[in-house]
Amino acid sequence: MGTKSDLPQGTLDLLILKVVALGPHHGYAIAQRLQQVSNDVVQVPQGSLYPALHRLENRGFLAADWKETETGREAKYYSLTTKGKAQLEAEAASWQRLTEAVGLILSLSNQGVK
Amino acid sequence: MTWWHRLLRRRRLESQLDKELRFHLDLFTNDLISRGVEPGEACRQARIALGGPEQVKEDCRDARGTRWLEDLWQDLRYAVRSLIRERGFAVVAILVLAIGIGATTAIFSAVNPILFEPLPYPQSRRIATVRNGGAVDANFHVAFGTFHEIADRSRSFDSAAAFKTWQPTTTVPASPERLEGQRVSAGYFRVLGVAPALGRNLDPSDDRPHGPPVVILSDGLWRRRFQADPAILGRQINLDDVLYTVVAVMPRTFENVLAPKAEIWTALQYDALHFSNFDTREWGNHLRMIARLRAGIGVGEAQRELTAIANTRLNEYPRAPWNSLRAGLLVSSLRDELTSRVRPALLAIIGAVLLVLLIACVNVMNLLLARGAQRTGEFAMRAALGASRPRMTRQMLTETILLAVFGGSLGLLLAGFGVRAVVALSPPELPRIGAIEISSAVFLFALGVTTLAGLAVGLVPALQASRNDLQTSLQQNSRRSTGGRRKTRSALVVAEVAVALVLLVSSGLLLRSLARIFAVAPGFNASHLLTMQVQTTGRRLRTDAAKYRFYSDSLDAVRRIPGVTAAAFTSQLPLSGETLGIYGVSFGPDAIGGVNDKEPAFRYAVSPGYIECMGIPLRAGRLLDDHDRPGSPAVVLINESFAKRKFQGGDAIGKRIRVGDVWATVAGVVADVKQTSLTVAVEDAFYMSFLQGWFADDVMTFVVRTQGDASAMVDAVRHAVWSVEKDQVVTEAATMDDLVAKSAAQRRFALTLFEAFGLVALVLAAAGIYGVLSGNVAERTREIGVRSALGASRGEILGLVIRQAMKLTVLGVLIGLGGAVVATRALMTLLFGVSRLDPLTYLGVVALLMAVSAAACWLPAWRAARVDPAITLRME
Repeated sequence: MGTKSDLPQGTLDLLILKVVALGPHHGYAIAQRLQQVSNDVVQVPQGSLYPALHRLENRGFLAADWKETETGREAKYYSLTTKGKAQLEAEAASWQRLTEAVGLILSLSNQGVK
Repeated sequence: MTWWHRLLRRRRLESQLDKELRFHLDLFTNDLISRGVEPGEACRQARIALGGPEQVKEDCRDARGTRWLEDLWQDLRYAVRSLIRERGFAVVAILVLAIGIGATTAIFSAVNPILFEPLPYPQSRRIATVRNGGAVDANFHVAFGTFHEIADRSRSFDSAAAFKTWQPTTTVPASPERLEGQRVSAGYFRVLGVAPALGRNLDPSDDRPHGPPVVILSDGLWRRRFQADPAILGRQINLDDVLYTVVAVMPRTFENVLAPKAEIWTALQYDALHFSNFDTREWGNHLRMIARLRAGIGVGEAQRELTAIANTRLNEYPRAPWNSLRAGLLVSSLRDELTSRVRPALLAIIGAVLLVLLIACVNVMNLLLARGAQRTGEFAMRAALGASRPRMTRQMLTETILLAVFGGSLGLLLAGFGVRAVVALSPPELPRIGAIEISSAVFLFALGVTTLAGLAVGLVPALQASRNDLQTSLQQNSRRSTGGRRKTRSALVVAEVAVALVLLVSSGLLLRSLARIFAVAPGFNASHLLTMQVQTTGRRLRTDAAKYRFYSDSLDAVRRIPGVTAAAFTSQLPLSGETLGIYGVSFGPDAIGGVNDKEPAFRYAVSPGYIECMGIPLRAGRLLDDHDRPGSPAVVLINESFAKRKFQGGDAIGKRIRVGDVWATVAGVVADVKQTSLTVAVEDAFYMSFLQGWFADDVMTFVVRTQGDASAMVDAVRHAVWSVEKDQVVTEAATMDDLVAKSAAQRRFALTLFEAFGLVALVLAAAGIYGVLSGNVAERTREIGVRSALGASRGEILGLVIRQAMKLTVLGVLIGLGGAVVATRALMTLLFGVSRLDPLTYLGVVALLMAVSAAACWLPAWRAARVDPAITLRME
């Protein structure tokens, strides 16, 4: 494990939506996926994962369904709704714009220092 | 899922949340174990990674977005549970609130249409009444001549009308029915601004001497007697043997405040042309006058104009000597005129009921404070477990609002009964009694009062509970509570005592007034006396001679009834509430005062034997007898104060006075009798034989002295009259005792309510004193234990508690005395023969309060005296 970064404010929802967009997952799997995909750079605070899931479900971006896992236990699976898909696209686009803008500013200041 | 779905499925959601988190923990633990972590350690790490499970759950619940509702639901359930746990407290608090709210709602419902709502007419503020200034009788009567002159000359009014009561008898089918109605001039309904629902209004062509007999029916009469026949217009109905044509039916909503019972109207038909003859009905002061002010004209402007008219006589408008308008004319708004007589009583009652509400609120506050004191420990514990201060305040508020809601609902129920009781108790003068109901406005008022009371009583303990220093509360046993709260509660008890004293003093003063009123001698013997009105109607009794014969024969028949010791009749009955005859009396040169003036006096046309039957003492001369008949010299009896006022030394016998158009000799002087009411000073009166009364009255009131119960003789008397002439109306049967009681009805009404409120206040104050003292004794058990361990005797401990109670009571009494001195000013018009500072009443009330307070503190004091020092000290 390398150094871990805290998630910027508000990005947890975006990441959850993205992970769920790849297919229905239960909460633990979502946490695992986030950690693996980010190469353990992003530390997902598990304590805030579930409130976030419930919030997204409450807003209608995620649908929840109780299904059996491979091991035969019942688990709550979250999947993306159409509304959630639209929200993911909108948030992803805005994140893209933001990072580009931030990158641009950073490169500018680099030149300025040199 | 909608929010209420979620609310309903709360339990399932909770178990699912639990399951989801457990699943997470299990998988995480398994993963850690598979990575080689020792199982116990893996479990610990998984928990740490997730964070505190309750905290996560709380966050998830917040995320659901229905948090406030869930909290409310939880608060409510908790509140209900804790109220059930402390049933005694809850029942007392709810009852106290219900009494306060119920009484307030009932009283305001009852007075709302009288004092606060406008009269049920369009632009009702413009309706005014006009009457003679300085008139002797309170019913604001004027003469038709005066009405005609004002209506003609005044420019202040759009329309004006005069009216009087009319009680025709329908002789349709079986038993004759006397209808309540009015004879009105053509403008009557225009002044009120109400048009008939069916048919046409009265117009001037109906309202002239010998005009066509037409009637307008009320909706109620139309439905009751004519089955709502739509073809009623043009139909003829027989009233007093005259055929009247129905020309209109009034709307169902029409409320006639001037004569609430009237259900039939006909035209007045007075003569507006021949005013020079003053001996006609046109110059009798027996009409009431109303008028509609022109838009933009106030009562004050109209008053100025009428004063000017009264002061300038014009030749084309003659005035009878007794209607010279020298005393001016009085204009007032109809509403003021209607309510003026009951307003003082009603305002006093409103004040009283607000005091009851106040005392109820204070009492509930006290209860809640006491409860808050007992719960200090509980709240400290909850705060320690993480309950936030707003959350706890909200919890307390929920509890108290819940109490208020229960109290309010029960109060509304009580108000329903209360309003019915008020209507049943109400004095006859109370206008618009039919409009009294629990209106939505009053319901909202009750709700507002409930909520405010809930907040007022809820806020104080909630703030106190959450203001407590956690640590001290937890460490300290709640038994030793802070002195501040005790002071608040003591102050509340002082307030209760003070308010109770004000109410009790008011009740006491009213009680003494009523006793004084009933101690007033009416001037006759009221016991075992039955009275009833006998009317003459129909063609057979049209002539004076026929009426005379009918009355005489009826009287003979009544006298023959076994159990009747004496019987007589009179044209008007003292204390009956009706004044049927005030006539001008003029005097010869031997009287004090002017010769030409007519002075108003009550005319009693009576059967010989009336004075004896009523038990009115004879002061001088002789009484009337059967020799005083037409053809023999006319004689009158006059009352004592009249004789004293008009004749030197009261020596009136043999003097001649002119009554109506006859000169009569004063044959006797009789004692004064209260005519209008027990509280009104004696008015002048003259008595003459009905045979010499210069006209035959349509209505006579029979007075029957009985051996046994007077009210049991009603049917016998009625049948005796009917044995002489069938189909004659016999009504208004009442014993004289009833009439005497009725004449003080308004004060009795006020007194009944004040007594009820005073009693409630007394009980609540006693409960308050008891509550505070037993709380104090419980809190000071240890101190008392120490005192007795140090050698204090039982008596000293008893004294300790009683002294404290007396301190509170005396303080409350002193403040209350100040309040009573101010508050009883509002009662002035209701008092009779008693000063509002009557020392006996004040002393009595103070003694009563002291006694009650002593009784209330007896139990706590006794408990304190029995404190065993060994046990209390061991408890520490």
